[in-house]
Amino acid sequence: MSDAKRTPLYDFNVANGGRMVDFAGWEMPVQYQSIVEEHKATRAAAGLFDVSHMGEATIEGPQAEAFLNYVLTNDVSSMDDGKALYSLMCHPEGGVVDDLLVYRKAENRYLLCLNASNTDKDIAWLTKHASAFDVSVSDVSADYGLIALQGPKAFEILQGLSSVDLGGLGYYRFVEGEIAGIPCIISRTGYTGEVGVELFVAAEKAAELAEALLAAGTEHGLVLAGLGARDSLRLEAGYSLYGHEIDDEVGPVEAKLMWTVALKKDGDFIGREAILSKKAEGPAKRIVFFKTGGRRIARPGTDIVSGGEKVGTVVSGTFSPILNEAIGSALVDAAVARSGDLAVDQRGKALPIERAKLPFVPLNPQA
Amino acid sequence: MSIPADLKYTKDHEWLKILDGDEAIIGITDFAQNSLGDITFVEVPEVEDSFDAGESFGVVESVKAASDLYMPVDAEVLEVNESLEDAPEKVNSSPYEDGWILKIKIKDTAALAELLDAAAYEEIAKD
Repeated sequence: MSDAKRTPLYDFNVANGGRMVDFAGWEMPVQYQSIVEEHKATRAAAGLFDVSHMGEATIEGPQAEAFLNYVLTNDVSSMDDGKALYSLMCHPEGGVVDDLLVYRKAENRYLLCLNASNTDKDIAWLTKHASAFDVSVSDVSADYGLIALQGPKAFEILQGLSSVDLGGLGYYRFVEGEIAGIPCIISRTGYTGEVGVELFVAAEKAAELAEALLAAGTEHGLVLAGLGARDSLRLEAGYSLYGHEIDDEVGPVEAKLMWTVALKKDGDFIGREAILSKKAEGPAKRIVFFKTGGRRIARPGTDIVSGGEKVGTVVSGTFSPILNEAIGSALVDAAVARSGDLAVDQRGKALPIERAKLPFVPLNPQA
Repeated sequence: MSIPADLKYTKDHEWLKILDGDEAIIGITDFAQNSLGDITFVEVPEVEDSFDAGESFGVVESVKAASDLYMPVDAEVLEVNESLEDAPEKVNSSPYEDGWILKIKIKDTAALAELLDAAAYEEIAKD
């Protein structure tokens, strides 16, 4: 772990009992107490997550919008100031370089939030393609801490601390303001399926912000939540995770993410042609989400079988503390994605699984 | 970290409570449950199944990982803790009592001499 990077909340995490593990080259808390309890507390009250390992990049210049519309699949021209947008960044072959959030700060100024595991790859990719545009790409990952406050009590906790009225802040909107006197970008986004915010804060102020939120939130049932709960929450919500449901080869057609691909936007974008033809021909494989009906987790890499034949591989698996059963997702042959019996091969035993509708549990992050 | 003095231990982080004669209760240690985190599933064998020492007899799964269970000595299964099917979290909350896993019949009690006492196990469970 000696080479692993530390977030601005490292000391805070350790002081609060965080069990630190290596994740994408970062020393991150997988849990503070219990993954299951942190998950349940986030659904019932609120969870505070250190996600400072995520990368940030600024895209600035007269052609910022045109550039982003070329490298991203979603339509950046639909955004106004204060809008956040989820998009994929694809390879010409249709696989995914990364999935990310775009924030429009001003007409020619955008902030991107990137997966930690992909930040270096993304910056190289963006920089390479930026040369054809009047735009500058800067890696500002080290400048920011990122704290997610998620759960039904999130806004109650923020209420007394915020310099701006957050009552009118819409889903996938952000505003710059102060929380506990600390300047932040307050973004109504998240990765849990709950209402809540993600707070971009200057790295040197991140620990102070986390302390203030924890102090204000404890009476509302706020708990610190680690990457373990973050993963089980996102899977229960049916959100894709890079390296699992999507990767350099598996893209939006396979992963049911065509809602992030603006095929009708003006101009070409990287991956457009490949995505169009894959959509027309139908993909060879598709992502399916499933319930196991049991408590045994199907771990990534486990075979999916149908009629005694291997038809796919588990890509995500966890235990849903809300459903009290193991849930997951798998990349399977398109022919069996929608019908036919599927089972997971658990050490030679074929345990039947059931295709699930998303989200796995009723959620309304826009409430 | 609790390591009761009256139990025997293995390097695989299991404990044995030797009962009268050749019977014993086995489970996983407090150290093991803490390392695994939230336990969601315990697979146990059938009553009357026999295992050699070191043979895998089941699995403990947590949200984070799956871990094999190994029979500490040559033994036959007399009883399994069926309550773990619905409440595997008992292994977390009470690893030495409610979270016991099997009751076994030891084939040769001389093999018990190979097991660790609490002091020796404490050395292993330090990391």
